[in-house]
Amino acid sequence: MSASLALPHRARRLRAIPGFGLAFGIALFWLSAIVLVPLLALLLRPFELGLVGLWASLTEPRVLAALRLSFGAALLAAALALPLGLLLAWAVVRLRFPGRALLDAAIDLPFALPTAVAGVALTALLSPNGWVGAPLAALFGWRIAFTPAGIVVALLFVALPFIARTVEPVLRDLGREAEEAAATLGATRFQTLRRVVLPALAPALLTGFGLGFARAVGEYGSVIFIAGNMPMISEIAPLLITIRLEQFDYAGAAAIGLAMLLLAFAVLLALNLAQRALRRGWA
Amino acid sequence: MNAAEDPRWLRALVAALALLVGLLLLALPLAAVFTEALRRGWEVALEAILEPDSLAAIRLTLLVAAISVPLNTVGGLAAAWCIAKHDFPGRRLLVVLVELPFSVSPVISGLVFVLIFGLQGWLGPWLQARHIQVIFALPALVLATLFVTFPFVARTVLPLMQEQGRAEEEAAATLGADGWQIFRRVTLPNIRWALLAGVLLCNARAMGEFGAVSVVSGHIRGQTNTMPLHVEILYNEYQFAGAFAVAALLALLGLVTLAAKSVLERWSGRAVGEAG
Repeated sequence: MSASLALPHRARRLRAIPGFGLAFGIALFWLSAIVLVPLLALLLRPFELGLVGLWASLTEPRVLAALRLSFGAALLAAALALPLGLLLAWAVVRLRFPGRALLDAAIDLPFALPTAVAGVALTALLSPNGWVGAPLAALFGWRIAFTPAGIVVALLFVALPFIARTVEPVLRDLGREAEEAAATLGATRFQTLRRVVLPALAPALLTGFGLGFARAVGEYGSVIFIAGNMPMISEIAPLLITIRLEQFDYAGAAAIGLAMLLLAFAVLLALNLAQRALRRGWA
Repeated sequence: MNAAEDPRWLRALVAALALLVGLLLLALPLAAVFTEALRRGWEVALEAILEPDSLAAIRLTLLVAAISVPLNTVGGLAAAWCIAKHDFPGRRLLVVLVELPFSVSPVISGLVFVLIFGLQGWLGPWLQARHIQVIFALPALVLATLFVTFPFVARTVLPLMQEQGRAEEEAAATLGADGWQIFRRVTLPNIRWALLAGVLLCNARAMGEFGAVSVVSGHIRGQTNTMPLHVEILYNEYQFAGAFAVAALLALLGLVTLAAKSVLERWSGRAVGEAG
């Protein structure tokens, strides 16, 4: 009797891999020391202002303008990156042309280029005497650098690879059978793309949009060189955090940081819900 | 012709558009860095890099990376090993927490350490009474870098570890190996190329990080300035040749990392294929 009781216990112990305790201890200590305790400070310190003071600190016109700019520009940039990222992924997966391998490698460039380098490079390109800025100014009278438009371009640069690289594997796995079937059943090419390909890619596009947005909304290095940093006009929320820190307004800086984090999570949660609705609608 | 195939002109148009996007948005910024760096010749660019403040920035960047990358490699490996090879409550939560720093703004990543160690931080008065400098000094630069680069190793290694399953580790355990032996002799050799790729990505981000270190550095030339911060200082002083020379050096680091990553991905892909 006792043997039969001991057996499942022994079998379970044999299946477990030893060494969990130490590894888990290291992981947990590391996570707590580097990430969790510091984030706890972000969570608690804004409330030193009191709830009224916190509200007043966050509803200053300059803070609202910065938050609006950061979130608006990040959403717009991620939206612009959606078709461009899809275009890049489509070309790399579906087409064969000279330069394809190089294009494939170049998609990762914004991941690998330090943000400050991207910042000075984009500013040099788009400034009124830059390679791209000069013709745009001469032909259309557009000013991109040192305006909110410049911020959107910088964020587009950082968000683009997230969308391309999220869609790419899905597109690769999709295969062409479904499209061929649709064509055999008499669908036009446009109908096939709209009714077969796009719905299959939609969840990946949403995921990529979320990743690109999350990265863009907090972006600092690639933005501050090109933004012009005018209060109320082209001043992003992360920059305002650094300004408040320089004035030793720690609680105020933490308040903006916490607000940014919570707003970003709200957007990501909404995207997540949209994705679930999309999946349900499908099934 | 295949019914689901687009006409030739359309395919050519899409390819041309994609190349145009790649050229305008990806290739041109990179070209601009090197052109601006070499605008006044090799000598000027080299001089800007060999100038004492630039050399100090390069040394500091290497030092910060040399401290933070190994630490995050150990932490990331431990986390990935727990998640992939063991069952415990809160496994999915751990995955989310490990990736959390990716969705935090770099500026916030620096801010949190100022909130703790800064003059008006939780530990600020205590540290000041003992003349221990954390903020505006090396420790804070390392902490901010650790936060920002925390997910890289775990994230690169975890999918491969999960794909490889636990059969080999379980066999080793049955044969009497202890946890450390299993990790070192079974798990580690299976993931070595992916691990190297993760370490390289972690290192590239550690050396290139700007926002987080900018908040905690204090920008003291020759002392707490890392390379990306040095780019900013030179740029704001209108020393464009110098700024772009240092930026070009950082861009090279990014390019080398990308090339190495793609080679390692091919190798690790083959290794996975062999194991499976």
